This record gives sequence, structure tokens and C-alpha cells, in this order.
Amino acid sequence: MVDTAIGREPIAPAEAGEVELYHPHSWITKYVFSQDAKIIAIQYSLTAMAIGLVALVLSWLTRWQLAFPGTLSFIDPSQYLQYITMHGMIMVVYLLTALFLGGFGNYLIPLMVGARDMAFPYLNMLSYWTYLLAVLVLVASFFVPGGPTGAGWTLYPPQSILPGTPGYEWGIILMLASLIIFIIGFTMGGLNYVVTVLQGRARGMTLMRMPLTIWGIFTATVLALLAFPALFVGAVMMLFDRVLGTSFFMPSLVSMGEQLQYGGGSPILFQHLFWFFGHPEVYIVALPAFGIVSDLISTHARRNIFGYRMMVWAIVAIGVLSFVVWAHHMYVSGMNPWFGFFFATTTLIIAIPTAIKVYNWVLTLWHGDIHLTIPMLFALAFIVTFVNGGLTGLFLGNVVVDVPLSDTMFVVAHFHMVMGVAPIFVIFGALYHWYPKVTGRMLNEWLGQLHFWVTFIGAYAIFFPMHYLGLLGMPRRYHEIGQTSFVPESAQNLNVFITIAALTVGAVQLVFLFNLFWSLRYGRASGGNPWRATTLEWQTPETPPPHGNWGKELPVVYRWAYDYNVPGAKEDFLPQNQPPDWGTG
Amino acid sequence: MAGPELTGAPLPESRLTRWRSIVSDWAADQRTFKHVSWGKSMMWIFLLSDTFIFSCFLLSYMTVRMSTTVPWPNPSEVFALHLFGQNIPLILIAIMTFVLITSSGTMAMAVNFAYRRNRRKTAILMLVTALLGAAFVGMQAYEWTKLIEEGVRPWKNPWGAPQFGSTFFMVTGFHGTHVTFGVIFLLIVARKVWRGDFDTGRRGFFTSRSGNYEIVEITGLYWHFVDLVWVLIFAFFYLW
Ligand code: HEM
Ligand SMILES: [Cu+2]
Repeated sequence: MVDTAIGREPIAPAEAGEVELYHPHSWITKYVFSQDAKIIAIQYSLTAMAIGLVALVLSWLTRWQLAFPGTLSFIDPSQYLQYITMHGMIMVVYLLTALFLGGFGNYLIPLMVGARDMAFPYLNMLSYWTYLLAVLVLVASFFVPGGPTGAGWTLYPPQSILPGTPGYEWGIILMLASLIIFIIGFTMGGLNYVVTVLQGRARGMTLMRMPLTIWGIFTATVLALLAFPALFVGAVMMLFDRVLGTSFFMPSLVSMGEQLQYGGGSPILFQHLFWFFGHPEVYIVALPAFGIVSDLISTHARRNIFGYRMMVWAIVAIGVLSFVVWAHHMYVSGMNPWFGFFFATTTLIIAIPTAIKVYNWVLTLWHGDIHLTIPMLFALAFIVTFVNGGLTGLFLGNVVVDVPLSDTMFVVAHFHMVMGVAPIFVIFGALYHWYPKVTGRMLNEWLGQLHFWVTFIGAYAIFFPMHYLGLLGMPRRYHEIGQTSFVPESAQNLNVFITIAALTVGAVQLVFLFNLFWSLRYGRASGGNPWRATTLEWQTPETPPPHGNWGKELPVVYRWAYDYNVPGAKEDFLPQNQPPDWGTG
Repeated sequence: MAGPELTGAPLPESRLTRWRSIVSDWAADQRTFKHVSWGKSMMWIFLLSDTFIFSCFLLSYMTVRMSTTVPWPNPSEVFALHLFGQNIPLILIAIMTFVLITSSGTMAMAVNFAYRRNRRKTAILMLVTALLGAAFVGMQAYEWTKLIEEGVRPWKNPWGAPQFGSTFFMVTGFHGTHVTFGVIFLLIVARKVWRGDFDTGRRGFFTSRSGNYEIVEITGLYWHFVDLVWVLIFAFFYLW
């Protein structure tokens, strides 16, 4: 079913004049303090990947400890907690959020909506440098006395700021400061992305002609602008609790045999603030992934996306719903049973728009001409993995099932499937897909195949058995299981297996990094539109696109982003800026 | 997809079609909000995000106020001033609120004159607004000093729940910071208006784009928002 109405609206005359671009004059303003969204995107991506590498190494160390307890003598219980905390926080906030929104958002939004740049280039530049500062503050926490915080990425008070939790001296302070800085930096970028999508599109680019990638990034940015405030407030208050001795989150308590000065605060309040941010955060990384995957599938299966309007509404609906489910992370914190009922219901309702998306992807593939290119492989891997993680999510959304599974490896397996591995697959797919646009060269195919298969199979080898360990009752955030009656001996073999898989997957990421740099020099030249894709970024006059993106004339958009294999057309794709009298009328 | 348009049946003005036209208006070409500039739409979205920040602060304040078991200090005693031999409750705060609301009025007038390209009056009114804002911050500083002298600290106070001081300093401090930034912003824009930057199309440092008088209105949006937030803070901190 081709929704022809979308492609056939008349083009309105230009509504706004051309904007003046800022033209850099020196090398520094061109490549370092650049105000060009494309350069900023690359800066964001490289920084995010660099810090992500740290998180990856930390996951090796934790896995090593779980498989071979005691063989690396420097991993004591405190270190272990510090590793998983930093691993989790970096992966979620500093890698995924920054890469999807700061990286892909900056690169793709202006190009895909047909703009010359972001609406506020200067603010955009500040956004990156603020993000870099946040990363540096975070990294600094590895070098302060006491090391980084080990409170778990959820940073639950009261324990996160009390003696006994590693990094309570400085680590937690730097972590909170870094989050606050991150949020300020993100807000500057986020305002840009939203305004550019809403108000800066090319002629003919109606919202309902935008590629789903942009819909995903746009909705995720709106979520972030509304969800990060809760984390900001929580971080500020906890910082005061720690530094000034206020008691926002601190009840009166006895720690290490001493009555503390704190009293009267509400630890549950922090959990509400944290998860009011934390759950939308899942969708902040998932929605861009949804959008990008839709475009990857459509392009590499040479077929229009099935049910475009439904896909857009599903993205929006998921975005709205994601604000009313947060307390499903707090079933074990104790709450009124009716609240539990409410949050379980809303959680399950989200499954409906999500399932619609999955059906539509599958239906897009159904009669598609599937090219098993590397982006397509990763997109397929995403669908499988996301369904997998989504199904265990349905289990955990139910209070009675969640209570026994909470804080076990089952939860770790669930969220790695759904928000760890699945979005990472999309990031890889997207990098293979857009690398030619950014550099003018293809990534090496053979290394790509190796990367894909090892990562895909490896990810399942790591996280599938973890469900089982969770059902056995193996707790998460434990340095060592030791002798417990309910965890059988054989679980240890499984742990060894998982760790070997994790190290293998880790190693192959280094191959990917090598590919990124190697192909820069030696990759096959790609031309401007190697995938024969319809969206605007592939129609730029030059590749990589120059400053200002479009040369003299801004593109005019005549059709939606999914005109693949249109009957009667000369080519199997019609670019969005192709006037209607060409090919089909 | 054959809609009712194609079947020739008369179009009922159903709720659905009305929704459809709203959607297609919003989804329209180039700009979702016609005649709204980039700067103004950015300010609106920023204010939406900021609303969430203030809401979280106020909700947190209410939560800790309800969760603590120690009695809450009585605001009409705490915030009273000793004037003319008697204690007048909330007098300072009433003046502060009055000053801030007046400043919203002068701001609105400044916007009006800006669109008439009356440089002198615009700049003067903006300066008056900034002055009123600075007066507000000054009185707030006085209030803080007074409370601190009476022994209120973020972690304790002589009259009851320590959360009183914590939330008070945090929320009024955060709001006061907003006012201070507003004052700085007002001064910068007033200077540009005075100099005639917006008549000559001079490029701004911050945006590297030439500005226009709309920036006065955008500043005004921010200023009114900060005012509105103050009214809420006033209600929740001083009247509850
Ligand atoms: C090769 C890839 C990865 C491996 C081997 C891995 C492994 C682990 C391990 C072993 C833990 C700690 C389990 C425990 O003892 O509680 C953990 C925690 C975590 N991981 Fe990963 N992980 C990987 C990728 C990711 C990614 C991509 C994300 C992004 C969402 C992520 C997010 C988290 C989070 C949020 C935690 C929880 C930290 C905490 O409990 O505070 N991980 N991971
Ligand atoms: Cu959730």
C-alpha cells in the first residue's frame, strides 16, 4: 500500500528567506571551534566513542571478575562496584544519548530536512564543548582520592553519599557535577534540534514527509528536554545533601554505629526524580534507533516503509506514554498497590505502539528486495534483539513477576537486550550506512561482515544465558557469588562462557575501530549516493557535503522519503527532491 | 487510501476531520508555527523545559515538607519584618512581589515601543525593568542575610524542620539566579537597542546573525516567565 497522498501535494512558495551563514576564516574556527553542525557531529561522535571505549573496558573487567573471581587481585568489591557504576552511566548517558542526539542528530537533521545548518550554530558549538567538559569531569573521578562512585548507575540515596559506598568522598560529587554539566550542554543542543526540525525545513518538506530518522531523533530530543530536568533537580539536591549537609533525600539514620546529622528527608523522592528521567531515557535512545532502523530497512530492502503515518504516530505515542510508566522501576521500593496496578497497566500499553512498529518493519521486509548489506544485517539484528528484550520487558512490567526477578541477572539481561545491545546495533548499522556520506569512502565490507557476525552471535552468547542465571536467582551488582545454596556449581561454567563471549565481542569492536580509521584512507570511493537512497542527505552536490550543505540552491522537496520501486519510474528510487514530472507523473 | 474526499459524499465536520486539519496545519511546509521566528520558538521550548525544572523543585519541596516529622516553621512569623515598632508579616515579600510584577508591566511597554522602533523609550523602559529586577534581587539578598543572621542554614534552623532552610535557599536561589540572568540579558539588549544595532542590521556576537527588534519580545517572554514562577513560589513558600 503506497500512501500516494503523501507524495502529491503541491509545493508552496518559499516562506522564509535564506539565512546568513557564519563563515569561518581560520583553521581553528573551521575544525576546532566549529559552528558547522557536521563538524560538531563528528566531534560529538568521536568523544562519545572514546568514552564508550572506557565503558567497554570496564565491562571486560567486571566480566572477568565474575568468571574468574580473585584472579585479578586489584578488583576488590569496591572496585567492582565502581566499574559497573561507571560502565552503566557512561553507556547510557555519555555514549548512547550523546551519540544518537549529539552525533547523528547534528549530522542528519540539517541534511535530511534540507537546511544549511542548525538554527543556532553558536549555541550548538557551546553544546559540544560543554559536553566535553562533562566527560572530562567524569573521567577526572577516576583519579581523585577514593576513586569514582560505586553507587550503581541509579545513584540511590542514602547509600550513595555515605561512607561505606566507594567513591563517596569525591567520586559522587564529580558524578553529580558532570551530570549537571551534561544536562546544560545537552539543553543547548536539544533546543537547536527541535527548532531546526520545527521551523527550519526546506520547501516542500512537510512534517509528514520527513524521514523517520528525523522523527525519531526529534521526538527523543523533546523527551530529553522534558526528562532531563528531573535528573537535574535530583542531582542538584543530592549534591547539596553531600556537600552542604542538607537532608532532601536523607532520613535520620545510623551509619557505622553513629547517628548521622541527617534527618527527615525522603529517599523515595530521589527514586521518583531519577526514574521520571530514567524511563524516558530508555526511549531517548530507543526512538532514534527506531527511526534510523526504519530508514535502513526501507533503503536496503528497496521498498517504501509500511504504514508511514502509523509509524510516526507510534513514535509520538511511545514518547508520550514513556512519561507515565516510570514507577515500574520502583515496584520493590514499596508503593500503594493501586499505583503498582496503574504503572503496570501503562507499561503494558506501551507494548501496543511498539508492536505496531515491529509489525510494520516486518511487513516492509515482506515483499522487499532485501540486500544483505551490513547496515541491513544490523537492522535485522536490531529487530530480533529488540523483540527479545521487549518480551522480557512484558514480564518485568508485571508487579508479581518483577518482585522476585528484581535485582537479578534477569534484569541485567533484559535491559542490555532492549537498551544496550539493540540501540548499539543500530548505531553500527547507521555508521556503516552514513560513513560514505561523512568521508566519501565505504567501510571495508569484509571487516564489516566479521564485525557483524561476531557481535551479533556474541551478544546473544553473552546475554541469553544471563536470563537463565537470573531465574536461578543470581543477584546483580555482586562482586562474587561464593557459596550459595540456590546457585548451582554449574552456573560458574556459564559465567566463564559469558565472559569469553564478552571478551571476543570486545575484541571485534577494536576491529571495527580499525576499520573506521583504515577506510578513511583506503576505503573504496563511494560517490555521492552509494545506497541509491531517496533522502536528501544523499542528494548533496558534493560528498562530503561542504559548509552550507547545498551549494547555491536549497533543495525543494516533492515527495516523501520512501519512493522505492515506484511502478513506472525509470530508477528504482526517486529522490525526495525529484520533481514529479520525472519518471512517474 | 480513498477518504471521503474521493467518494463524493458530503464531508461531515466530524471531530476527526477537524483533528486532521489541525495535524496537517502543523505538519505544513517549512515551518510548523508560521510567523514564529527561530529565536522565539527556541525561547518557548526552553521555557517549557525550564517549567519542568521548576515543577520538579516545587514538587520536591512539597514532598520533603510532607515527609518530615518535625513541625514546619510558621511562615508569617519567619518572614515578618519589624517595622515601626510592630511585626508586619510578609511585608518584604509583598514589596518584592509588587516590584517584580511592576517590572513585567514596564517590560510589556518596552516590547510595545520596540515594535514602533522607538529606540529611546524602549531602551529606557528596559533599563527600568532591569532596575526593578535588580531591586528584587537586592531585597532577596537582604531577606537571605536576615534569615542567616537569625540562624537559618541550609541544614538547620532555630524553628523546626531543617528542610525549611534547604528548600527555601535552593528554590529562591535558583529563581534569583534566573532573575539575575534576566537583568544581564536586559542590559545587553537595552544597549543594543540604544546603539541602534537593530536598525543597521549589525551582526550579534552570540548568534553571528543580524538581530532585529524581536529580541526585545523574546527577552520579555523570559522575563514574564520568571515573574510567573515567582508567583507560584510566593504562594507555595509564603502562604502555605
Ligand atoms: C559488550 C557489551 C557489554 C557487556 C559485556 C556488559 C556487561 C555488563 C555487566 C557484567 C554488568 C554488571 C552486572 C552486575 O554485576 O550487576 C553491566 C551493567 C550495566 N550495563 Fe552493561 N555491558 C555491555 C554493554 C552495555 C551497553 C551498550 C549498555 C547501554 C545501555 C550497558 C548498560 C549497563 C547498565 C545501565 C548497567 C547497570 C549498572 C548498575 O548496575 O549500576 N551495558 N553490564
Ligand atoms: Cu522503565
